[in-house]
Amino acid sequence: MKINWFRYSSPATFYTLAGRMIPWFAVIAALLTLAGLYWGFFETPDRLGGSNPQKEYYRIIFLHVPAAWLSMWLYVVLAGWSAVGLVFNTRLSYMMAVATAPTGAIFTFIALWTGSFWGRTSWGTWWDWDPRLTSELILLFLYIGYMALHSAIDDVRRADRSSALLALVGLVCIPIIFWSINCPDPNQCAALHQRSAMDRVDPNILWAMLVTTLGLWAYSFAVVFARARGVILTREAEAQWVRDLIAAEAKA
Amino acid sequence: MLRVFLCVLGRDITLAMRRRTDVLTTLFFFVIVVSLFPLGVGTERETLRILGPGVVWVAALLASMLALERLFAADYDDGTLEQMLLTAQPPALLVLAKVTAHWLLTGLPLVFIAPLIGLQYQLPGEAQWIMMVSLLIGTPVLSLIGAIGAALTLGLRGGGILLSLLILPLYIPVLVYGAGAVTVSMIDLGDTQPYLSLLGAFLLLALTLSPLATGAALRIALE
Repeated sequence: MKINWFRYSSPATFYTLAGRMIPWFAVIAALLTLAGLYWGFFETPDRLGGSNPQKEYYRIIFLHVPAAWLSMWLYVVLAGWSAVGLVFNTRLSYMMAVATAPTGAIFTFIALWTGSFWGRTSWGTWWDWDPRLTSELILLFLYIGYMALHSAIDDVRRADRSSALLALVGLVCIPIIFWSINCPDPNQCAALHQRSAMDRVDPNILWAMLVTTLGLWAYSFAVVFARARGVILTREAEAQWVRDLIAAEAKA
Repeated sequence: MLRVFLCVLGRDITLAMRRRTDVLTTLFFFVIVVSLFPLGVGTERETLRILGPGVVWVAALLASMLALERLFAADYDDGTLEQMLLTAQPPALLVLAKVTAHWLLTGLPLVFIAPLIGLQYQLPGEAQWIMMVSLLIGTPVLSLIGAIGAALTLGLRGGGILLSLLILPLYIPVLVYGAGAVTVSMIDLGDTQPYLSLLGAFLLLALTLSPLATGAALRIALE
């Protein structure tokens, strides 16, 4: 089967496609998130680690890690749509970028918030200037800067292009954030309060985290599509197909 | 190409020299902000030594940002900027010249006034040298990164506040390593070279990428 991708780069066709995909992603999101959280909360060991065990409170990672992963990934998505928009000059790419930003910011905030909760029990403090927390905070500032710049410019075209450029500039921070969390060499991470490494995570716990991540990812799809539909309707309010749509809705 | 660079550079410096208040306000802003801290947190020798590097760098960040608003604003208002971009010269070159002029007028004076600030904060001699060197490498990075923000917020309502929101997060690495170099130089056996090398790396990276991004941002702002 050959799909004509350019067909869906038109807001009018994408609007209906997104409308049909939202329920699917919402169902997948609910199922996977619930399954992952159940797995994480009830099917994993109560204690973690050897000499200095973490008790029940470590279970915040089943929300914290997926949120942190998605906060970074959604920024890459945001920058990706911005780059596509700047290169190909497609309106829909900018709309997707605009729709992605709030979700990414929320995940960044959740990652910070849950990290802070975990730090309270584990480190005995709500906040520590650990590279991980600090770099997530910078990421939150990047998202806020993107949204602030976009909303400050009245001309939609300039707002889209300017904030897209800003998103690309901010992209240089993503590798720094990623490696400040997954430090490749323990000798170079003296400033880290506590090490975290993917390859030392128990497979049972890792899979539970991955399932929740997929669930939250599906959630992002659903929410971003819904928000993109809103953006499309606002921007295309004068277009004929939107008027037809409103007329059809009014009739039904 | 060099001739164009020098021409824009000379023009910007001449313009600034005709209106010296702009240059001096930035410098005095820096001095005043730095002088306020001892009054607020107490004047013990040890406290000041710990605070010194960070305060100087944060003040340098704020001073550089304060001056950024004027980087393109005047040329944008009277249409000069548009005419410049209409010429056959690459926008990155024009941007680089303007940023260089901006740094010479607002960044470089901070480097030379730094020892005076160091005395206020009881910093030892070697730390003062390191502070000058780190400011010398770091302030051009601030001007270069800031230029992107200045171009993006050109002609917007409340551009100044927005500019700080966009630019300050990107300044953080420079702040960390700039202040870090000075702090480390006060420790016995502390090695400042990695900090200065990283600052140098930031400078090279900003020097190659920032003019291109700023040029693109100016084109977006002016179209």
